[in-house]
Amino acid sequence: MNFVVPDFYPAAAEIFVAVMALVIMLTTTFARSIARSLGYFLSQFTLIAAAFITIATMDGQVSYTFSNMFISDLMGDFLKVMIYFSMAIALLYGRSYLADRNIDKPEYYLLAILMTLGMMVMVTSNHMLTMYIGLEMMSLALYALVAFDRDSARSTEAGMKYFVLGALASGLLLYGMSMVYGATGTLEFSGVAQSVYNQAANKSVLLFGLVFLVAGISFKLGVVPFHMWVPDVYQGATTAVTLILATAPKLAGFAMAVRLLIWGLFDIAEQWQTMLMFVAAASIILGNLAAISQTNIKRMLAYSGISHMGFMLLGLLSGVVDGERHFALNAYSSAMFYAVAYVIMSLASFGMIILLSRAGFEAERIDDFKGLNKRSPWFAAVMMFVMFSMAGVPFFIGFFAKLAVLQAVVAAGYFWIAAVAVVMSVIGAFYYLRVVKVMYFDEPLDTAPIHAPADVRVLLSANGIAVAALGIAPQALMSICAYALLASL
Amino acid sequence: MTDIPLLSLAVWVPIFGGLLVLATGSDRNAPLARALALLVAIVGLVVTLPLYTGFDVGTSAMQFVELMPWVPRFNINYHLGVDGISVLFVILNAFITVIVVVAGWQVIEHKVAQYMAAFLIMSGLMNGIFSALDGVLFYVFFEASLIPLYLVIGIWGGPNRVYAAIKFFLYTLAGSLLMLIAMLYLFMESGGSFNILDWHQLPLGIEAQTLIFFAFLVAFGVKVPMWPVHTWLPDAHVEAPTGGSVVLAAIALKLGAYGFLRFSLPIVPDASLQQAPLVITLSLIAVVYISFVALAQADMKKLVAYSSISHMGFVTLGFFMFNPLALEGAVVQMISHGFVSAAMFLCIGVLYDRMHSRQIADYGGVVHRMPKFAAFFMLFAMANAGLPATSGFVGEFMVVLGAVQFNFWVAFLAATTLIVGAAYTLWMYKRVVFGPVANDHVDKLKDINGREFAFLGILALFVLAMGLYPFPFTEVMHASVDELLRHVAVSKL
Repeated sequence: MNFVVPDFYPAAAEIFVAVMALVIMLTTTFARSIARSLGYFLSQFTLIAAAFITIATMDGQVSYTFSNMFISDLMGDFLKVMIYFSMAIALLYGRSYLADRNIDKPEYYLLAILMTLGMMVMVTSNHMLTMYIGLEMMSLALYALVAFDRDSARSTEAGMKYFVLGALASGLLLYGMSMVYGATGTLEFSGVAQSVYNQAANKSVLLFGLVFLVAGISFKLGVVPFHMWVPDVYQGATTAVTLILATAPKLAGFAMAVRLLIWGLFDIAEQWQTMLMFVAAASIILGNLAAISQTNIKRMLAYSGISHMGFMLLGLLSGVVDGERHFALNAYSSAMFYAVAYVIMSLASFGMIILLSRAGFEAERIDDFKGLNKRSPWFAAVMMFVMFSMAGVPFFIGFFAKLAVLQAVVAAGYFWIAAVAVVMSVIGAFYYLRVVKVMYFDEPLDTAPIHAPADVRVLLSANGIAVAALGIAPQALMSICAYALLASL
Repeated sequence: MTDIPLLSLAVWVPIFGGLLVLATGSDRNAPLARALALLVAIVGLVVTLPLYTGFDVGTSAMQFVELMPWVPRFNINYHLGVDGISVLFVILNAFITVIVVVAGWQVIEHKVAQYMAAFLIMSGLMNGIFSALDGVLFYVFFEASLIPLYLVIGIWGGPNRVYAAIKFFLYTLAGSLLMLIAMLYLFMESGGSFNILDWHQLPLGIEAQTLIFFAFLVAFGVKVPMWPVHTWLPDAHVEAPTGGSVVLAAIALKLGAYGFLRFSLPIVPDASLQQAPLVITLSLIAVVYISFVALAQADMKKLVAYSSISHMGFVTLGFFMFNPLALEGAVVQMISHGFVSAAMFLCIGVLYDRMHSRQIADYGGVVHRMPKFAAFFMLFAMANAGLPATSGFVGEFMVVLGAVQFNFWVAFLAATTLIVGAAYTLWMYKRVVFGPVANDHVDKLKDINGREFAFLGILALFVLAMGLYPFPFTEVMHASVDELLRHVAVSKL
């Protein structure tokens, strides 16, 4: 038996990040005195350098390595760059927040980098095992991060809840994978697709497995009926962790859905589309209705996140109609655009909560935003941009995200879903408007000046401007999404 | 024809000017903010004037067209252009903006820069609505214009402003999202075009037409507002500051009516004909029932708000009788209502600034202390009641004449309501202005100053000019109205 040395080149970024994770672990262990800032700067360096490596090794070709367990394509590269980007911003926003609470330990950054590595593996997996390993790597790091503020009962509880439910969801996913393996005899996505295409797979076993796969994906995306953990974990985790939780993992979850369902099981698309239809509609309805009565803004954003992920699924479920596939690219790229848009908005919204918080004070209640226009007109405007964007009002990116997925749904002829989405958007607008209302129409409860480091202020401003600017000129990002998918399919 | 992108200037000068005003920051710089806002508003008006002087009245085609790709991924274009109907609204809007800036000059004391900026940005967005020829571009302006008005009502409004602002926003958003679905359907049916002019030519089955018609009816009906979705308007008006009420009545209500002309009638003509009895019934309810509601109001602003609904009922009535006289009358009525309702709200604002009350019962005998004001108020009240020789008369008279051709009883109902209109306006006028001086507060009133005289005087000139010689207005729209009716008469089935 001869051993073939695999081609490491397509996995250069993953290898680099893995090495850097070890470097961070070792250096911060030995250099205790500067461990905190060292951890921070090394992780930022890792993310930025990884972005350069990913871009440098990007060739627009689809290449496989490690016995076809690993795939490198443009979609994966684009999503990875977005993941680095959002992780880097999340770490930057969170730094002084954590320092104020004395929990800016180097382990925080180590876990964040390990989590990034997990997401990268998920995005580039071509095999169910690689996918599972990436998922667990991300999830385990996240469980620890959620419980990171170990002196806080709420944070520990959230970590526990997330861990138990997450383990259950992983079990469901594994079970589904084993069923698919039983039906098709392979765990490789392209092999699964081949087997389904040739109708060699046992259909009923395959569909049975599919149900569990969809359940696992739904849990990771946090959509109904697997959304229970989302509000509690978002609220319980420290805001800096919630910020991480609500951004990059959504992109990884999107990649997971695309790899499993589209790369692997495209030929039974109409079956999983039907499941996603109910999942998406239920998420949009429940997310928006439940968000109305929230007084805690993190919880409100958690429910809003549930509805946004439902919207994102609208793109995934409109690909194939009556066996016709020419809508697929348009539909999937609109879902991808939605996911990216959501991450940009989500970064800014949690970034605002961090901005208003300070040592000993969490700006968690919606009332903490009262009168922000009097305290800081500019940051009130940033928050207003984000809220209107999430509500889907132009000129903000959220409008084009909604337009793109609704366009896909209408093109697929699912008018009832479009109607549900639209009616719920109006209801959703109510709670976003309430945030704008408290900022602009109410008197401030808290007149302390906003105190935040200059880098957070600058980046958050840029983030707010991006929400508006991408709403005025969305073409570039849309084309990148479409092109990345086209080159990868 | 010039190569200057006049419509882009009309849209973007106020928006960028508004941002500039916003940059002046805190109230320490209020005088600068005011001066800058006035300058921007005047420049905004000046750039729209060549639209009138350079307008070719002989054609119904779109003029001053600008076309650039915006989001090629979905074939969305930055496509602007005006015809004889929309050009008038662009100019009216720019004009009203100047008035609003002047009217808020001394009255608004806190967050001046934000107030002025909100109105300027709103004015630019509304110009965008009137000149957009791309469905998505139209929608984007249509929605985005909600944001500044929401803030204006919520920040500078009366005691119940928050409720009113949210109600206003959600009502209009609900309507316009349905329109978005209709637009996406049209996009698909037309093979991937968001061009409104392409949609005009698109053949559609009667079922699709009916669904689209109702989606548009909800979107524009809320904005007009038509009975029974009118309830947001009195709330919004009562709570809004004077400038907000003026823009709301003079321009924002016209957006809905304009939507019928640009979307409903030409895109789904068969469904429009089929559903005309429904719209006519709703319009008549608005005209008759709302007039009686107005009669019972104790709050001046609410009274004028209800009278607006009733006047807008005439407009939708005129649209759906499909004859040139009624349609042209309806458009004239829209312009006239822009002047008259703006003036009515400004008059109430003048009183409110002095007395901080809008209750009719708190007034009486104002004429003894404010004779100049009383004269202006008289003129505008008469115009609101539709007195001949004022602009209010022309539109209503044309619509009623058109209605006679259509159906005698419709005309009869509409015409008798003119009496109720006169009753509620003049009765309010009598209670507020005439009689003995009611109380000490009224006794201390000072007559209007030069600034107030200026804006009321200009509006009075327009109201009279339009009443005595409406030809400059009708001339511009004539070709477009004829073409619209010709287009509607051809079935798309």
